[in-house]
This record gives sequence, C-alpha cells and structure tokens, in this order.
Amino acid sequence: MDDKKLEELKEIAKESRVWIIKSLAEAKSGHPGGSLSCIDILTYLYFHAMNVDPTNPDDPDRDRFVLSKGHCAPALYTVLALKGFFPKEELLKLRKLGSILQGHPDAVKVPGVDASTGSLGQGLSIANGMALAGKLDRKDYTVYTIIGDGETEEGQIWEAAMTAAHYQLGNLIAFLDYNHLQIDGRIEDVMGNGNFTNRFKAFGWHVIDIDGHDLQAIDEAVKAAKQEKDAPTMIIAHTVKGKGVKFMEHVADWHGKAPSYEQALEAIQLLGGTWEGK
Amino acid sequence: MQKIATRDAYGKALLELGRRYENIVVLDADLSKSTKTELFAKEFPERFFQMGIAEQDMMATAAGLAFCGKVAFASTFAIFATGRAFEQIRNSICYPKVNVKVCATHAGITVGEDGGSHQSVEDIALMRSIPNMTVVVPADAVSTEKAVEAIYKHQGPVYLRLGRPGVPVIYDDKYQFEIGKATKLKDGSDAAVIATGIMVSLALDAAEMLREEGVSIQVWDMSTIKPLDVEAVKEAAKTGAIITAEEHSIIGGLGGAVAEAAAANSPCLMGFVGIEDTFGESGTPNELMEKYKLTPESIRDKVKEILAKKSSS
Ligand SMILES: Cc1ncc(C[n+]2csc(CCOP(=O)(O)OP(=O)(O)O)c2C)c(N)n1
Ligand SMILES: [Mg+2]
Repeated sequence: MDDKKLEELKEIAKESRVWIIKSLAEAKSGHPGGSLSCIDILTYLYFHAMNVDPTNPDDPDRDRFVLSKGHCAPALYTVLALKGFFPKEELLKLRKLGSILQGHPDAVKVPGVDASTGSLGQGLSIANGMALAGKLDRKDYTVYTIIGDGETEEGQIWEAAMTAAHYQLGNLIAFLDYNHLQIDGRIEDVMGNGNFTNRFKAFGWHVIDIDGHDLQAIDEAVKAAKQEKDAPTMIIAHTVKGKGVKFMEHVADWHGKAPSYEQALEAIQLLGGTWEGK
Repeated sequence: MQKIATRDAYGKALLELGRRYENIVVLDADLSKSTKTELFAKEFPERFFQMGIAEQDMMATAAGLAFCGKVAFASTFAIFATGRAFEQIRNSICYPKVNVKVCATHAGITVGEDGGSHQSVEDIALMRSIPNMTVVVPADAVSTEKAVEAIYKHQGPVYLRLGRPGVPVIYDDKYQFEIGKATKLKDGSDAAVIATGIMVSLALDAAEMLREEGVSIQVWDMSTIKPLDVEAVKEAAKTGAIITAEEHSIIGGLGGAVAEAAAANSPCLMGFVGIEDTFGESGTPNELMEKYKLTPESIRDKVKEILAKKSSS
C-alpha cells in the first residue's frame, strides 16, 4: 500500500470514528468501545481489500463480510454508508423505529450487510458456510469476518474453528479483535487465558499477530493470508477498546453505553472532527 | 399394509432431488447413517458437508451456504436440531429468512430404546413459535417424498419432522402435497379428528372402530402445522367437536395450533391426544405408543369423551 492510499484510509477511518460517535449519540444507546476497536480493520477491508460494489450489493462474485461481533454494527454501518451503500444521513437513525439500521446487523434490511448477526458465536460458522459455497462454486471471492475476544468464550467459535481448518478454507480470513475487554471486565478475569495465537494454531489455522490499528500491518497480514490456500487465517489484531477517544480507551464501561451529546462533542473534538449544528 | 420409515423416504427423496438440482447441499452432524443423508453423501460427496457432532455450527454454516444461493438441507435427530441448535435456527436461519431446510429424524417417542433423552416431544412447539418458519410433519413415506420436493421449492426456512420406525403407507402416488393444505381422508358428521405425522394412520383405524359403533367422524391429515390450514379447521369445527392427535406433547404442538385457530374462528369442543406433558423412556416404539396412549383406542375414547360433553352441553 503506497503512502497516498495509507493517508486516504487514515482519513476515512477518522471520519468513520466521527460518524460512529454521532450515530451512537443520536441513538442514545449502543456499543462504542468495540466499534472503535475494529473500525481500522473495517476501513481497510471496505476501502482497499474487498471487491464490493454499492450499486450491485448482491453480486454473487463479491467478497463477503460477516460481523460476528454484531453489537459493533455502528462500525459496519458507517463504512457501508461512506462506501455508498445507503445515504450517510441514515446513520443518524440508528436503532430508531422504522430505520433499516437495527441495533444489530440485519441482512434483510440493509444493503451491503451479508449476514444477520448479534447473537455472539454464530458469525464464524456463517462465514464458513459462505467460504464452503465459494469453493464449491469455484468462485474466487474471499470471506472476511471479525470476531470478538470475549466472543471466543462461546463454544460454537471452536466448533467453527475446527470446521474451517477441516475444510481447508483458504478463502476465509478472520480477524480477532483482541481488545482485552468484554462487558464484565478484562477477558483474562472473566474467562480463559487469552493466548489466542497458540489456540488457533492448535486448531490448524494460519495465525498472524498484528497491531490492529496499523493499516499497513493489516494490509501485509491480509496479503500473507491470501498466500495461504489450504488453511484459514486468523489475524489476531491487538487493539484498544475505544481507540481514538481518549476517555473511552481501555474502559470496560464504554462497551455498551452511548455518549451524551456533550461527551460526543468532546470525543469528536479529540478525533479532530466537527459536528455541524451541534 | 406396507411400512416404511419417513426417514428412509427422506433419504431417497433427497438423493433424487440432488440429481435434479445442482444447488442442493446437505449437512449432517455425525448421524448420516441414521438420518439417511448418507445416500446423498455417497453420490454427491462434494455437496455433502460432514459437520461432526456440532449442531450449532452446522445450522449457522447451513445459513452461510444459503446466503450464497444454496438450498441447504441440515439433518440430525429432532432433539439436537431443535433443542441444541434452537437459537442458531432462530437467529442465523429464520431471522434473515434463508433457504435452510432443517430435516430432523427420530422425532417423538418412537425413537424407542434410546429413551427420554433422545425423544423430542417439544420440537413442533419450538419450531412453530419462530417467525418465518414453516413446519411440515408428513404422515407416511409417500407424503414425505412429495413434501421434500415441496420444501425445496419453498423460499425460506422449513422444519421437516421425520420418524425412525416404519409406519404404514396410507397414500398412493396420486397424492398431492401442498404446504399449508390439510387433506380430508374421511368425511363424517359427529366429530373431526385432526391428526399429524404417524398419528394419521391411527386416526383412520379409530374412525373404523367408531364407524362400527355407529359414530361418524372426519379424519384430517394436518401435514403442515405452520402455516396452519385454517379453512380445514373451520370445516372440522362444523361437526361441533375436534380431537387432535400427535406424537408430541399436548402443549404447543398440533393441538395448540388447532385450538388457536378454532378459538379465533369457530370455537368448538376439543380434545387432545398426545404426550401428556411428560418425558418418554426406553422401550420398543410399539410399547411406548401403548404406554403413552397414542393408539387408535385412545383416539376413539377421546372422541367418545368429547361427544359425551357435546351432548350434555
Ligand atoms: C450469545 C450472546 N450472549 C451475550 C450477548 C451480550 N453481549 C453483547 S456484547 C458482549 C461482550 C462481547 O465482548 P467482545 O466479544 O470482547 O466484544 P468487543 O470487546 O469487541 O465489544 C456480550 C456478552 C450476546 N450479544 N450474544
Ligand atoms: Mg473484547
């Protein structure tokens, strides 16, 4: 990725963070922490890696994306809107009655959303199904997914981890948003020992550890993942929950709480953006 | 009378369908020998996905395949499909309304010797409560074969309930299966028995016993539990008494569905033949059907009980 592209992606990521904050403030509920921790990955995927066309969202040859940690819908909706799948103004109707933007991703309602998620633990299996279909149809699309670190406490994640390796899903690239936090506190205190690298390796995955906010590193990891044809790749993305908004960073409380307008304005200022009319 | 298990008819029909339609894929969770999906697996190994003993993963994987244009048939025992993977069926399949057909075998107490842990008596109730879900319960091998094709052609999720042991074949090849349409197998005027699955043939036997006693009853095969054939219920209600019969809990299954439709449209006296809010146990299918009162005699007795109430009211 050249410097120009890098700067462009950084700019989109910044703008996305601002929109995430705005939409959550308008919604008065939702999940900022995990949305901010995965937005750099999403920006990279939708504005550099993925073959998707907002004018043809159902193209059978397109790359697919499954947000397994569906509560971070504001991040997905934002990149979809910025990409042109629907008007940006819709982002301000997040979670409101009648809006297409449900609290968690709804594939029926939202153009560009490839799977309905929100119940944690199921998205990796759905992504596997898409990757299996791609292999069966001899199509060369890639299936991407993001799972949460807390989400890996769901047993189904490990069922799906077995399936992906068993079926040698080289067309599947997963990200683990390793932000070390879930609702009730630190991952390590709630359950398990972390050590995702060894665990996924033991399950037969190709594993890459990166800084999940470093767009250049994300690019290199995805390129390396694409070289791996016979195994799924898990990119362990070391991230900061709430990344970019100082007062939200590393704070478990900002998992599922919307900022007030005052807090939103402060956050947007920290991000170097503005909110006209507020 | 010839007896064939509906799971055998399913396996055969699926293979036949697989030969005709490229977009069919089949998933199983280490029970393909029992669910009979192995027939399909042998001929179409590329389109068969062995998922291991992981029903939750299987259902959501099926959803992913369906999101990419496949019609995914996912099979395991009814208890594991609807119990273990309930929420995957709800959230990954029914909520986005994808083309997954959950075809579960070994439903009800006729599982037999494996006992109560394996006998689903609540699967119809679970499946029919989910929005977007269609629930089909075939009565015999012929209707199973026709139903498999119909659910393939239907857009959206379906639950197909199949059984383990051989059951009498009651239809011939002229039988037409249509989702949402009940079949009136016998006309009668004193009461109507609405049955589903393997209880249909027993209801026909009960009708014969009652005829000998001078009681004339209608017999219906309610092969789709959802969407329910409300017109059929209304017609049955004209007799003034409806008795439902199912190899399922009396809570929330066919009886519940028919009672809801009758109460809203054409209230009448009702009686329920089914499993009385209890788990099953080990035994042969026949012994269990006797013990849990799923017999022509119990249908006959329930009809007479309701008719007695009818004449005293
Ligand atoms: C099956 C299920 N159980 C519980 C929840 C409630 N829930 C929403 S988010 C969350 C914590 C997720 O933590 P993590 O996966 O680490 O996500 P992130 O930190 O990226 O936000 C929980 C428990 C859920 N959505 N689904
Ligand atoms: Mg986390």
